[in-house]
Amino acid sequence: MAEPALAVRRLRKSFGALVVTADLDLDVATGECHAVIGPNGAGKTTLLDQLAGELVPDGGRIVFAARDVTRLGPDARARLGMARSFQIPTLIADLTAEDNVALAVQARTATAMRFWRSAYRDSTLRLPARAALARVGLAARGSVAAGDLAHGEQRLLEVALALAREPTLLLLDEPMAGLGHDESRAMIALLSSIKGTLTILLVEHDMEAVAHLADRVTVLVAGRAVASGSYDAVRADPVVRSAYLGGDA
Amino acid sequence: MLALPAAAGVLHQPFWINACTRIVIFALVAASLDLIVGYGGLVSFGHAAYFAVGGYTVAVLAQHGIDAAPVAWVVAVALSALLAVVVGALSLRTSGIFFIMITLAFAQMVFFALIAIKAWGGNDGLPLGARATLLGLDLRDPTVLYFVCLTLLVAFVACAAQLVESRFGIVLRGIRGSERRVLALGFPTFRYKLVAFVIAGAGAGLAGALWADYARFVSPDMASWSRSGEFLVMVILGGIGTLAGAVYGAALLLGLESVLSGLTEHWMLPLGLILLAIVLFAKRGVYGWIAGRDDG
Repeated sequence: MAEPALAVRRLRKSFGALVVTADLDLDVATGECHAVIGPNGAGKTTLLDQLAGELVPDGGRIVFAARDVTRLGPDARARLGMARSFQIPTLIADLTAEDNVALAVQARTATAMRFWRSAYRDSTLRLPARAALARVGLAARGSVAAGDLAHGEQRLLEVALALAREPTLLLLDEPMAGLGHDESRAMIALLSSIKGTLTILLVEHDMEAVAHLADRVTVLVAGRAVASGSYDAVRADPVVRSAYLGGDA
Repeated sequence: MLALPAAAGVLHQPFWINACTRIVIFALVAASLDLIVGYGGLVSFGHAAYFAVGGYTVAVLAQHGIDAAPVAWVVAVALSALLAVVVGALSLRTSGIFFIMITLAFAQMVFFALIAIKAWGGNDGLPLGARATLLGLDLRDPTVLYFVCLTLLVAFVACAAQLVESRFGIVLRGIRGSERRVLALGFPTFRYKLVAFVIAGAGAGLAGALWADYARFVSPDMASWSRSGEFLVMVILGGIGTLAGAVYGAALLLGLESVLSGLTEHWMLPLGLILLAIVLFAKRGVYGWIAGRDDG
């Protein structure tokens, strides 16, 4: 069996008495789209924050690209090939959409500091940035300040930023949240088109999206993985049904 | 800025040249501060510390007989940059109000250290000797000093304007907008902030060196917290994140101070009201008002 793209072993995190990640094991195979679902408060975003390096776990290990990254910060992990989108769009509001993506392109090409040449007239940044915007359907919106974009457009821009980074592992935190019906369709189509070209870990509430995109699904309840398998297998699991429906199994 | 001293020089009015020199020197501090406040979102409340270190370096070197400006100024810039490395390394791990307080605390330490060091005059300050030269130019000539200061200001603002448009600059703007996002993209944001902080400290140090040669006197007051506050007021008045606005901010604050203090001894009151009006009604300060575009 090939080395997984991401391996999580006995990951633990508590906030005071509240256990948000409880001895979690998770393997994400190279090239798969792995969805993490679970009811509200299951610890999905907390897990993603630990994977991306924004939160330091209390215990356990995270192995990415054959390296133990448990103690690395988010910038170091990004340089190893991780990219993430945020549940609440986290963009540089006063820069244009294109500038935002150009910054992601710059992060990929070189993080060395360059002080003189204009970054606004640098075609090695601008052309890939425009290509990434076109890929998510925002080609016509490049000159609009990111903060002035509609919510759905900000979500697409989040994905464009992550893609422009050309990661090997993409962490998506509820990319469907707050999208209208047509926007959801467009987002699913976009994610389908990139699926298979890189490894994706998708945290999502929208079951239609999960059904469309996920090769494998892990169900998180109270910080614990209670089930893992194909979407249909997981949906039929009585433990999962009871967790979602709240009744006794 | 060029025409006024030229006219004043013809009329033999060193008063105006000196006033303009003061504005230019303070504009240099304000522009350096705007680099980190306006572009990096780093509100330093201790910028006077670098100004004072620059000034004292020149004064102490002169005390030891080194009065050649290029040497003294280079040492002044190097020492203030060094202080900025130390302060930045410790303060840039924090943000918001904590950052403001730590930068203030370091400036206060510099202030009290300067009072305590009796060899440098303590509370009374340290006068500079009569001589000061720059590559054969006599810096005691107010007109010469003015044009030297103006040249350095223009060079600094031009370089800073280039800097904020560069790859480095766009990362700095990104950090102000969302440091979390810039980190997630893979930029080691701390290093970027530190470099900007050191460039700003070096700029203020250069201004302090010029001030020592202008006033022929340095005192702990150069590092006081009210000085730091004044520099911030200049940045805000001129327009945060405009660089060139720093010149307007410095000119306006110094101009208002001298005009109002001539009219009444309670000049702080009308000054406060005018500042309030500008902050409330001109979003990008005087620069935004003069440039006629409010795109911020």
